[in-house]
Amino acid sequence: MQDDELLRLYGVMARIRAFEQAAEVASAGGVRVLGAALSAGAKVRGPLHLSIGQEAVSAGVCAHLQREDLLTSTHRGHGHTLAKGGNVNRMMAELFGRADGSNLGKGGAMHIADFSVGMLGANGVVAAGMPIACGAAHALKLQRSPQIVACFFGDGAINRGPFLESLNWSAVYRLPVLFICEDNRYSATTPSGPMTAGAGAAERSRAIGVPAVSVDGNDVVAVWQAAAELVEQVRSQGEPRMLHARTWRVKGHVSVDTQGYRDPADLAAAIAADPIRRARERLLADGVDVARIDALDRAAADEIAAAVAFADASPVPAIAQAYADVQTIGEGAWL
Amino acid sequence: MAVKTMNYAQAAAAALERAMREDPTVVAMGEDIGRGGIFGQYKGLLDAFGAQRVIDTPISESTIMGAAVGMALTGIRPVVEMRVVDFALCAMDEMVNQAAKNRYMFGGQGRVRLVARLPIGIWSASAAQHSQSLEAWFAHMPGLVVVCPSTPQDNYSMLRAALKAEDPFIYMEHKELWGLQGEVDEALEAQFGKARLVRDGADLTIVSWSAAVHPALEAAERLATRGIQAGVIDLGTIWPWDRDAVLSHCARSGRLLVVHEAVRAGGFGAEIAATAAEATGCRIARLGAPRVPVGYASALEAIASIDADKVERAALEFIDAGARATR
Repeated sequence: MQDDELLRLYGVMARIRAFEQAAEVASAGGVRVLGAALSAGAKVRGPLHLSIGQEAVSAGVCAHLQREDLLTSTHRGHGHTLAKGGNVNRMMAELFGRADGSNLGKGGAMHIADFSVGMLGANGVVAAGMPIACGAAHALKLQRSPQIVACFFGDGAINRGPFLESLNWSAVYRLPVLFICEDNRYSATTPSGPMTAGAGAAERSRAIGVPAVSVDGNDVVAVWQAAAELVEQVRSQGEPRMLHARTWRVKGHVSVDTQGYRDPADLAAAIAADPIRRARERLLADGVDVARIDALDRAAADEIAAAVAFADASPVPAIAQAYADVQTIGEGAWL
Repeated sequence: MAVKTMNYAQAAAAALERAMREDPTVVAMGEDIGRGGIFGQYKGLLDAFGAQRVIDTPISESTIMGAAVGMALTGIRPVVEMRVVDFALCAMDEMVNQAAKNRYMFGGQGRVRLVARLPIGIWSASAAQHSQSLEAWFAHMPGLVVVCPSTPQDNYSMLRAALKAEDPFIYMEHKELWGLQGEVDEALEAQFGKARLVRDGADLTIVSWSAAVHPALEAAERLATRGIQAGVIDLGTIWPWDRDAVLSHCARSGRLLVVHEAVRAGGFGAEIAATAAEATGCRIARLGAPRVPVGYASALEAIASIDADKVERAALEFIDAGARATR
């Protein structure tokens, strides 16, 4: 990989990290769950699922997607949205529940979406994006479109029925979809390993006839290289593939989850595997000037600070929004 | 445009055939539809449009419905066949959390233009898992339009109109109506949210929908021979339901009898009854199934079904009880 490409990936990861760190700060006291208390001052309310430590998967995969390609995401979808090109100001405003949010303040972090860049939505239901991705890919095929669909899901999703149904569907109809199992080893607060029989996502995929590649999901170069091949295969052959990216969740299931259930050694390993630090070390080892790397960190910090200011200045949604975009037939019939 | 005689299943096939001819984005998908569908409601479509647009699917209800959502977001208009509403329960997340919520929770970025066909009702001797009427479940869900066609004309006009609409439709045909013959005027346009006054009468308002409309009408005709004039309203659209038609009729008659095949407890009749009582102060009676699963043996199945005798009896008791109360 050329240094310029790695710098670009580094920049994307730095932006995701900065976005989520800012969101985490703004979410303190934002949700009453797992023992956390609610505070009136929280600007980001409700469950905030952070992908800190998993940024290499979003960055490495989305680097190969075109703006017109489509993407479905999970409840942990900030990184996917940002890497797909989502508008950062509007994303942050959505987390703040403001009128300028990407979803007009109606979805929040768990439903972040930016259809203008093909990002068809994060989803509060595990595995729910998989059938939607199949349908989007099916539509692209019917329309003879050259675009593809990237479908992100987690290791917890592979134990749900739609995982099996969707893999089968994509293979039966030969659809252009890349499934990405972002395996962070946890199903909410439960380790996925003891809950999962057999050899996991990639092996299940192969059993259905969808070729799968496993990769170190914290090595952005490895993710980028594996995704390059798979995206090319999906695009040129119009067939499904799976990328199984083993990564580590550093934060809890939601931002206020202090992970008292987690083995300290496991958490230490997750932190040690930080994909951003690894990319930085690699750049330095390649002889890249540290000033170029630091400049990316500063640019990310500045961009996200501006996004926070934008979100904070945005008005709360008008009450009329509660009644808008429910449905066309029956508009006005609220009772 | 012509007026033709056809049955309820043929009317649906004709409407879909016309929609697919007029709109290249319309596709149909579901189990067994390549061979015309288990009730013949897709007959001839595979030959006319090919396997790309008449899509035979695996038995994967979640993904049939979820894929329909993804297709809709990408510019295709899918008609989804779920065979019977009972099987559609395997796709509840996809209907309720995905199709119904998508437009709202993503701030209006997308539209989910699809028609999910979920046939309801007792289908003789099919017992507890192939006989339910679950329209109230879906009427409860913001984002969905819920319709229950009761005639071949309805099934033609409503399916056609649903395929031009902007919303996800829960389209509930009744399994005992497939063979019902009737005239279909291909030029008639369905208006969702508009009920049909099947028969007028000043003494009593009977509100019904789907297959139950037919015994309700028969009962009203019998009541007329006893000097009781009952109006019969076929709601057609369950959500949004036609309040104006129902409430104005109830206000005149002072008596509302709601008749549906679904379980009475928590049925959509309860919503109509409560609304009518609040708005007009009219007296209320409801006829629906007892809260038991539909049994297999004829005698058990009959407990849950609606026939003209039951409607007539319910109406007479209702009017009689009122007369006693005012004596």
